[in-house]
Amino acid sequence: MTEVLLRGLTKIFHGHEDVLAVNDLDLRITSGQITALLGPSGCGKTTTLKMIAGLLRPTEGDILFEGESIKGVPAEKRGAAMVFQNHLLFPYMSVGENVGFGLKMRGVNKDEMQARVSEMLDLVHLPGYEERRPKQLSGGQSQRVALARALIIGPTVLLLDEPLSNLDAHLRDEMRELILSIQRQLEITTIFVTHDQEESVVLADRIALMFEGVLQQYDEPDSFYERPVSKRAAMFFGGVNFIDGTKEGGHLKSELVDLEVPNVDIPDGPVTLTIRPENLALGVDGKNSVECYIRSHVYVGTHARFKVQIGDAEFEVVGDASSVREFKDGEVVPLIFPTEKIWLVPQEEDAIEDVPEDD
Amino acid sequence: MLPEFETEIEEPSAVAIESEEERRSRTGRIFSYAVMILIIVVILAPIIPIFIWAFSGRWFYPDLLPEEFSLRAIKYIFSPASKAAEAVLKGGSIALIATLLSLIVGIPAGRAIGLHDFRGKKLVLFLILAPVIVPGLSVLMGIHVAFIRFGLAGTVGGVTLAHLIATTPYVVMVMSSVFSNYDPEFEEQARTLGANVRKTFVHVTFPVIFPGVLVAGMFAFIISWGQYIVTLLISGGKVITVPLLLVNFASGADKPVTAALALLFLAPSIVIILITSKYLTGESAALGGFGA
Repeated sequence: MTEVLLRGLTKIFHGHEDVLAVNDLDLRITSGQITALLGPSGCGKTTTLKMIAGLLRPTEGDILFEGESIKGVPAEKRGAAMVFQNHLLFPYMSVGENVGFGLKMRGVNKDEMQARVSEMLDLVHLPGYEERRPKQLSGGQSQRVALARALIIGPTVLLLDEPLSNLDAHLRDEMRELILSIQRQLEITTIFVTHDQEESVVLADRIALMFEGVLQQYDEPDSFYERPVSKRAAMFFGGVNFIDGTKEGGHLKSELVDLEVPNVDIPDGPVTLTIRPENLALGVDGKNSVECYIRSHVYVGTHARFKVQIGDAEFEVVGDASSVREFKDGEVVPLIFPTEKIWLVPQEEDAIEDVPEDD
Repeated sequence: MLPEFETEIEEPSAVAIESEEERRSRTGRIFSYAVMILIIVVILAPIIPIFIWAFSGRWFYPDLLPEEFSLRAIKYIFSPASKAAEAVLKGGSIALIATLLSLIVGIPAGRAIGLHDFRGKKLVLFLILAPVIVPGLSVLMGIHVAFIRFGLAGTVGGVTLAHLIATTPYVVMVMSSVFSNYDPEFEEQARTLGANVRKTFVHVTFPVIFPGVLVAGMFAFIISWGQYIVTLLISGGKVITVPLLLVNFASGADKPVTAALALLFLAPSIVIILITSKYLTGESAALGGFGA
């Protein structure tokens, strides 16, 4: 149980051109929780993780474990065990030797080491795998061995770099369950890095969203859907429906619409309205409804996705499965914007699209 | 590092893949054995006449084999009069020290070249490889003059230093190719698990680069062991190593003794060829670093 505090953490890589990788990052990482550092590649999340691990020296700022600065503590003495994306099992060692590596470095005797290794392999559901070679393991198994190798040292902080992104879909679920159950059992402060918002939502208690080395939003997962701080943050979490307009009291006015908006803590003036596709309702007339033209739809069994148009602006609406029978492409129907589901963010000049990519 | 795709495949298809894999690895094995035998034949065949000469007593044209065999030449080179033992000792220790020194310089240099891009890298590479391209004679005179000034000419130390010019490029080349297949994240992994810098080198870096170090070291040893002109010029004939002794006898008329010395001269190379051929055909995937 260790609280991690990042205070004004800054990293500049000097080279042909200086790169500001992490910019004045302040973050209090709650002890015993899972925190995600989320962002597109190159946003400084892995750099932050490596600074916490002690593998990179911060240019400025400080890192505190339990209120004590660890800036002068070398990586091997921080107890911040890191699991890399490519599992990095030492190929010339058996699975048992790999898992026991951290204990060997601490001079733990053989008997105790063997007992702890088998305990850890049980924990990651690989009992009796001590004599296997890393080459004989599947990708998922390798990742679990790497996790056991990190856990055996009783880390103060567990650092995971893209823990799920190298795995197949069904292995992802398995690994996620495993990380969650182990983390709940051992209550280790866990920080992981990911570029995948879905991965961050299913695994993390709190998410720190970063763009270009700057912290955008630090919140619980649902806040990113319900209350994003910016259009970019909303877009990163799959937000597609936006209307630029002017806020005047309880109303948003634009060329297309005049909608009643909730009491969001944002000054009058230019704002961007955002609403999740599942919160829009087709075919309901009433307050806050706007005529829309149905362009196309996709039926996906459990629900249907409609592409609709208001003026020249396009919106996405998710309706229940039966709605495909109700609404046909080409129809003009009312579209309702439920006031309590509307969220407003400051207007941005040009929001850069952050399409989460696979890397 | 490439992910290992085979391991991700589900059970049923894995069987088919495995047999295909097996077949491929069998042909691969046959091929590598064939190459090994070819190498041994090409390299060892010319040694056979030398071997016969070394043990011959009387051997006249046009006989295919000597009229009688004799141990005279072998006995001679083992006698103190031939100074062969002294030459082996001197040449051997010069080669050993030159090997160690060029490894000390070459491993970090190879790491820098193999792992990093830096300004002037091409120039550094060129300078390191220059001794392989530029004929030694063209610079040896200058080095000799400098060594005389520093009191190094005619000494074992001076000869060893001069040998470094020849050995270092090979060590750097081998080590830079080892490091270009090397993933330094393994070292970071070890650090976060509690290994300090020294332990990381001992337990992580060294085991991986060891086969490369072995190859580079053997290269360096052989190159130093075989230096003739450099040794002759720098030592001014005062430091007698095996090739110097061999050339001395080759210009004389005693063919069996020359042949016996030639065998002595070849001995380390043959041992090393046998060791490396075992590595090249054997299980040591580690030769390519972590890339296996």
